Parts: sequence; C-alpha cells; structure tokens
Amino acid sequence: MNGATSTEGPLWEVFVRSRRGLSHTHAGSLHAPDATMALRNARDLYTRRGEGVSIWVVPATAVIASSPDEKDPFFDPAADKAYRHPTFYEIPEGVKHL
Amino acid sequence: MTTAQATDTVDQQADFDAVVSAEGRIEPRDWMPDAYRATLVRQIAQHAHSEIIGMQPEANWITRAPSLRRKAILMAKVQDEAGHGLYLYGAAETLDVDRGELLDKLHAGRQRYSSIFNYPTLTWADVGAIGWLVDGAAITNQVPLCRCSYGPYARAMVRICKEESFHQRQGYELLHALSHGTPAQHAMAQDAVDRWWWPSLMMFGPPDDESSHSEQSMAWRIKRHSNDELRQRFVDICVPQAESLGLALPDPDLRWNEERGTHDFGEIDWSEFQQVLRGNGPCNEQRLDQRRTAHENGAWVREAAAAHAAKHSARTSDDAVSGTATGEGAMAG
Ligand SMILES: [Fe+2]
Ligand SMILES: [Fe+2]
Repeated sequence: MNGATSTEGPLWEVFVRSRRGLSHTHAGSLHAPDATMALRNARDLYTRRGEGVSIWVVPATAVIASSPDEKDPFFDPAADKAYRHPTFYEIPEGVKHL
Repeated sequence: MTTAQATDTVDQQADFDAVVSAEGRIEPRDWMPDAYRATLVRQIAQHAHSEIIGMQPEANWITRAPSLRRKAILMAKVQDEAGHGLYLYGAAETLDVDRGELLDKLHAGRQRYSSIFNYPTLTWADVGAIGWLVDGAAITNQVPLCRCSYGPYARAMVRICKEESFHQRQGYELLHALSHGTPAQHAMAQDAVDRWWWPSLMMFGPPDDESSHSEQSMAWRIKRHSNDELRQRFVDICVPQAESLGLALPDPDLRWNEERGTHDFGEIDWSEFQQVLRGNGPCNEQRLDQRRTAHENGAWVREAAAAHAAKHSARTSDDAVSGTATGEGAMAG
C-alpha cells in the first residue's frame, strides 16, 4: 500500500472574513498541493453554510510567530503601563463626554 | 538531564498546571507533559478516524434515498462528517504528528475508531436512527469537549457541535415521518431503533469503574464528565423524544426513578462491546477494507495534483493566484 505520508501536500492556514466590515479571522488549517486547491478546499471545508465572503490561504511555513511559548518577556513591556488605559485617570464627578 | 534543565521542567509543569486549573487553554507551542500530548493524539486521532469511517454506513444509502430532498440532506450530512474528520486531523497535527501517519495507522489497524460504525445499515430507517441516536450520543459526548483544556481540540469541537445539530434533527424528522407513515414504515422505524439503541449507549465507553484513562483525563480537563454520567444524561434526553416519535426503546427495565430524579435502565451487554472492539463486529473488516480501497483509489488524484503544482511553480515564479493577494494581505495581523 502506498503510504499516506508522502502525498499530503503542504499545510495552509485559512483565514475567513465572515461578512463585509469584519476582518479575516483564523479558521483552521488544511493540506493542499497548491494555492488554488487550498482556496477551493478552504471554501468546501470552512464555508459550507455561508460562513464567509472572502478567504485567505497562507502557507503555514510563511507565518512568523512571536515566541516558542506564549508567555515570554516579549509582552512584558505592556504589563506595567496602566496609564495607557482610560480607566487610569481620575476625572471629577459630573464631567461629561470624556 | 542537568540541574538547570530539571528546574526548567518543574517550572514548566507548574505553569502548565496553573493554566489548566485556572480553566485556561493550552496552545500548541506551550510546554505540555508528554503523557498529555500522547493522550490527546490518541483521542483526537480516534475521533477523526470515527468521523471519516462514520461516512460509510450512511453513504451506503445515498443512491437509494427515497426522495431528492432526502438525498440532498444525506449528502450534506456525509460531507459534514468528512469535514469533521479534517478539522480533527488538523487539531492533531498541531501536536507534531502528521496526518498521513495517522491515516497509515488507521489503515494498518493500529489506531481505533468508534465501534458503533461496525454495525450495518440494513434499511432506510437506519439513516434516521443513526442521526437521532448516534449523532445524538456524539453530541452529548462532544458538547463538554468544547471546553477541553487543549485549545485547537476545543475550537474544532465548537465548529463540529454547531453542525451536528442538523444531523440529529434530520434523523429525528426522518424517523418521525416513518413512524407516522404506513404500518410497514412504522415497523421499519421501530426495528431500526431496536437495533441501534444499545450500541448507542455503548458509545459512551465502559462503565466508570472499568474506564482506564478517565481519571487522568478529568484531571487534565480533557474530559469533564464520566462515561456513566453522560450515558445517563443521554438516556434521560431520549426517553421523551422516543415518546414523541411514537417508538419504544427496547429496554424492559427502563423506567423513571422518582427518588433519583432520573431513569433506571437495563444492563448493557459489555461482552458485545468487547467483541466489536476486538474486531469481531458485523462490519469491522468491510469498513477498514473500504477505507483502504478509497485511499488507494484516490492516489492518482493526489499524485496528479502534486505534479500539477510542481509543474506550475516551475513555470511561474509568481504566486499561483497572483492578483487575489491585495495590499491588505500584507497587513494580515
Ligand atoms: Fe461528525
Ligand atoms: Fe454527525
């Protein structure tokens, strides 16, 4: 029997825009030999019930990720800057539209 | 292992435990215990295999569906099951296994699929019984998996559960039509329920005191409820549904227990379950043969597609679908 391993094709990440006005969101991944097939497969796999009006497929190898695990010091600089949030500021009572 | 590495592992284990016990989600690139990874691979692979093997008993009736409406519905359902398999193989691949490798293991009989699919679909009413009972039992099992501690598996389950509800309803509607049809149709519906009821109850797995993986899976929050708990929930859901169908559930011991506030039901024949698991069910051999044959028959399609892709990329250095990528694509964030 022909092993399944060799013929799976590269992995693609699929992003779907569910409707106009919203951004594309990661839906999942799939295997396909090329971009055209990846798009068709993504349509059949992720939009069988009108879940999308636009699809992006990206070779999984083209995704550059921030860090090997998802809580490293990379994001630390944001942790101690509460003054970037509006709730940090005290405003006198009764002041409106602020 | 050096002392530094050992300390690392202890820290990582502590981080992992903290995320899991805080109802957080473990994501693919996080550190995880080897046994957690192995358990997930085994469970997700078995689940994926079940989805694609599960296409066979129903696909058996597509050409003989009694109306165009029923045929279109059945095709859509079987196609959904293929999709469920793909979502799940995708989730498994985030754990550093290869889909091809998992399929090879299925084909070699080294990984399992749900034993429910080793029963035959003898009549059209079986399509209804599968939708109502088999998809119904699957939903009862799968809804808690939407909160599984492993992110990609949980996300796949959310997608799957949304689609399953149509599967169950179309089966129920089909049985309802038969049950309220001619006496012969009613008898056919009853016969299907008689044959599928007990195997459906077995889908929840062995009783709690014999379930080997349960405790650890609960601690890891892969599993949320015990086999017996889910089975009981399913029985309680089905009893009133069977009444509306006008069909009887084939269990003389089934009755409401006022004190427990739930239904008592009869003893399950676990020796049958073990037999089917061991490969001695009515259709084990046929299902696996058909899967292997389908895979081999599709080889030329995969090879042709790969050859086309190779030729195309040699001819154009550009993207195969240049023109669809807009400037916005570059800003994907
Ligand atoms: Fe499914
Ligand atoms: Fe289903």
